[in-house]
Amino acid sequence: MSAPGGRAASAPLMGRAAEPSLFDLSEPGRLSASFRTSGLPEWSLADLVPEEFRATEPVQLPEVAERDLVAHFTRLTHRQYSVDLGSYPLGSCTMKYNPKSCDAAASMPGFADVHPASPPSMIQGWLEVLVELEEALCAITGMAAATLQPAAGAAGELTGLMLMRAYHDHGGERRTRIIIPDTSHGTNPASVALAGYEITTVGTNERGSVDLRHLREVLGPDVAGMMLTNPNTLGLFEEEIVEVAAAVHDAGGLMYYDGANLNAILGVVRPGDMGFDIVHMNVHKTFATPHGGGGPGAGPVAVREGLKEFLPGPRPVRLLSGSFGFETPAHSIGRLHSWHGNALVLLRAWAYLRLNGADGLRSVSDVAVLNANWLKERLRGVYDAAYDRPVMHECVLSAEALQKETGLRALDVAKRLLELGFHAPTVYFPLIVHEALMIEPTETESPQTVAALAEALEQIANEARAAGSATDAKAAPRTTPVGRVDEARAARHLIATYDQRDDGAQG
Amino acid sequence: MNAPFVPHTDAEIGEMLGFLGLSSLDELFSVIPEAIRLAGGLDLPDHWSEADLRDRLEELAAANMPVGRHLVCFAGAGAYDHEIPAVVRSLASRSEFVTAYTPYQPEVAQGVLQALFEYQTMIARLTGLEIANASLYDGAAALVEGVNMAVAAAGHSTVLCSDGVNPRWRRQLQTFSKGPGLEIVHVPLADGVTDWGSGAAAAAGRVGAVVVATPNFLGCLEDISAARRTADRLGARLVVVFDPVAAGVLKTPGSLGADIVVGEGQALGTPLSFGGPYLGLFACRLADVRRLPGRLVGETLDVEGRPAYVSTLRTREQDIRRERATSNVCSNQTLMAVTAAIQLGWLGTTGLVEVATRSARAARYCRESLLALDGVESAADAPVLREFALRTPLQADTVIDRMLEEGFLAGTVVEEGFIGTHYAGSLLVATTERRTRTEIDSFVAAFDKAVR
Repeated sequence: MSAPGGRAASAPLMGRAAEPSLFDLSEPGRLSASFRTSGLPEWSLADLVPEEFRATEPVQLPEVAERDLVAHFTRLTHRQYSVDLGSYPLGSCTMKYNPKSCDAAASMPGFADVHPASPPSMIQGWLEVLVELEEALCAITGMAAATLQPAAGAAGELTGLMLMRAYHDHGGERRTRIIIPDTSHGTNPASVALAGYEITTVGTNERGSVDLRHLREVLGPDVAGMMLTNPNTLGLFEEEIVEVAAAVHDAGGLMYYDGANLNAILGVVRPGDMGFDIVHMNVHKTFATPHGGGGPGAGPVAVREGLKEFLPGPRPVRLLSGSFGFETPAHSIGRLHSWHGNALVLLRAWAYLRLNGADGLRSVSDVAVLNANWLKERLRGVYDAAYDRPVMHECVLSAEALQKETGLRALDVAKRLLELGFHAPTVYFPLIVHEALMIEPTETESPQTVAALAEALEQIANEARAAGSATDAKAAPRTTPVGRVDEARAARHLIATYDQRDDGAQG
Repeated sequence: MNAPFVPHTDAEIGEMLGFLGLSSLDELFSVIPEAIRLAGGLDLPDHWSEADLRDRLEELAAANMPVGRHLVCFAGAGAYDHEIPAVVRSLASRSEFVTAYTPYQPEVAQGVLQALFEYQTMIARLTGLEIANASLYDGAAALVEGVNMAVAAAGHSTVLCSDGVNPRWRRQLQTFSKGPGLEIVHVPLADGVTDWGSGAAAAAGRVGAVVVATPNFLGCLEDISAARRTADRLGARLVVVFDPVAAGVLKTPGSLGADIVVGEGQALGTPLSFGGPYLGLFACRLADVRRLPGRLVGETLDVEGRPAYVSTLRTREQDIRRERATSNVCSNQTLMAVTAAIQLGWLGTTGLVEVATRSARAARYCRESLLALDGVESAADAPVLREFALRTPLQADTVIDRMLEEGFLAGTVVEEGFIGTHYAGSLLVATTERRTRTEIDSFVAAFDKAVR
């Protein structure tokens, strides 16, 4: 493993000047757009729109030539890190390589140019994809049925919580509390609040797992359910998951699986067999649909048999005739999406699942877990593991000791790593770990790249220890399009549009 | 390795396991209780080659009917067949935009951040408000967030929602209203536009949000000032659902008194895509920015004093504020927002006016031609822009089925959300700047046969 790994520090850039805004490049009267020759009567706007509705002045948009439009946005892409450029070990985000053949599927006109209100006879191919995807997701999670409507993980969480409410309401019970561990993702408590539930937080024990004793104390007849990620956000498998689920079920609650970390367990263990009742998946993590700089994603939610009747509708189904149609479950919680979910994202996930298959998915998890454990062991003595036991698909390290010794903070490690050709890991999460570095290499990074990442992380720590200070790292990054960004200034003096700029703001 | 995207050789796996003191991959999972482990692997077929995948995709795609030359699109209802030029498809599919994550490290995410800043500026201008966020999932999700923001700001939980709002969005609002405990009061339409003087509107108390759409679901232009007066009378915030294409020629909702403007941005460069991923547009007043849902990009400086962009006012967001966050949104639709910025850059000031004007010309020509047919009547007489509702002698779904055989997607049936109203069963037809006189003439000729 001595071959050079996939550092992105070789990426060529033309310099570190700022890119002007598209509004700065605008010249009144310049035009890129052109339209079909219509042959229609050339009625004026005054003929078409009554005066009381009509704008007196057009909205000002940038006026640029197509050549300049291309140059501007291409230069912006040269100021942007991406999975295609290099390793992206953001813990909890599963930034694996996104296969190009899945993108190609999503650009086929037979999928991309279909109107969502088309009658079922015209969309049999689409419905078959969605039904097969639902079946595959159920096979992976050990569930009975799934909705594909939620547009992202957080929407999936809210869906799951609404399903819990519908289930308890249907049983004539009014339950008001949801239990979440103190290691949970921020979307969990935010979704719980939006669903109209109160939150009870359960602690983490000395092994980094849910504190079962504490859980039993806080359970009661008013608990609607518990949300849990497994492996949890410390990258650790909840060893007592069967006991946790049994305790929640005994109290009449439901178990919700946050699928953010599903990449660790494909074909190894299914959430259904762990005792979960509701599962959301982030297809933009586990099933490699590209994240688009922040979205789109898709957050399908799968449920046990007894919850199927509450799923959102209308949902694609296989009809007795062998063709495909829509059906709304008897006690459906309603509609969660204007149409059928983020269909082109779901198509990519379907393609990814076919390309990997049962054998490939198991290998995905095998190697994701292997890479994370190798990295954790390789960095032993450099950074401290938050909990020193075998991890699953990611490891949480702490820079706390280094920070005390040299002043090197997790943030400095992150920024210095950018200079060395890697995206930073997730930092300061989970909240219960001081100076946390949450690193998820994923299975698509070669042993050489993981080794190079480890080397870079070691180099950063060694530099600080040798100097007895973190001065060098605190000046990082110096090779990126901009240096450290003044976030406080952005919040204090808000400029969120070009029109809010003024001379003072630029000074 | 059996996984096509795992680079490790068997020898490398052996070496890495050796480093960990393990002798098999299974041992990596020894912490998982034996009783719950999956014996025998997943119940799925083994992996396919890329070529096999492509063959299957082609079969499935052939079982769909996309719009195009062989199926000319006259359907809208929230999803429109507007021009998407090659330059937009090309730039928006660049892998730096497609395969980036959320810009948590601004120093290496200036590309996405600056594109979003430009997008925010364009959406703020189109809505006539000061602040636009970096996108939400789609128009319906933006409506739900807008209503949540309005009721939180106003401190009242009743929502007065016009029946002119897309019925599927209204259903979604209903679904999401249970958690925050909102009461949705529906305000009926009269002659295609909202009747603010109706009993439902008059009887409502403790109203936090008034919601109106323009053009509305039936294509009719609404009097936003009347909605503003209703909101003022009730002490509520005014949420306007707008259309970014219509914004090319209509007065901005902000200038007419909207507090929050939401909309569907699919028309700005995103293909029909069987309904998603689309783009949720969201704008509000500067005074309300601390309640804004979703991400917001701001301009600032780097350590060397150069302009730089960064996600800002982050303390509103779920990963920091957790249960006190203004919204649970994390992933959004950044790629569609970047696409919209490119599309609007391609259109420019006059291009957007052209799209709206040409769409309106096609609608007027098509509507007048159809109304000249025997038995075809207007379902709503208020002024329209690029979409309109008709009553047909035969049931609208039969007309749609017959028109499919003639190579037209004739529109959508107005039903869900309108049952029991005068509009139920009417046919909703939309035209964009892509419809030509030849297409419309053929459409009308086929329609004449299909309705009898």
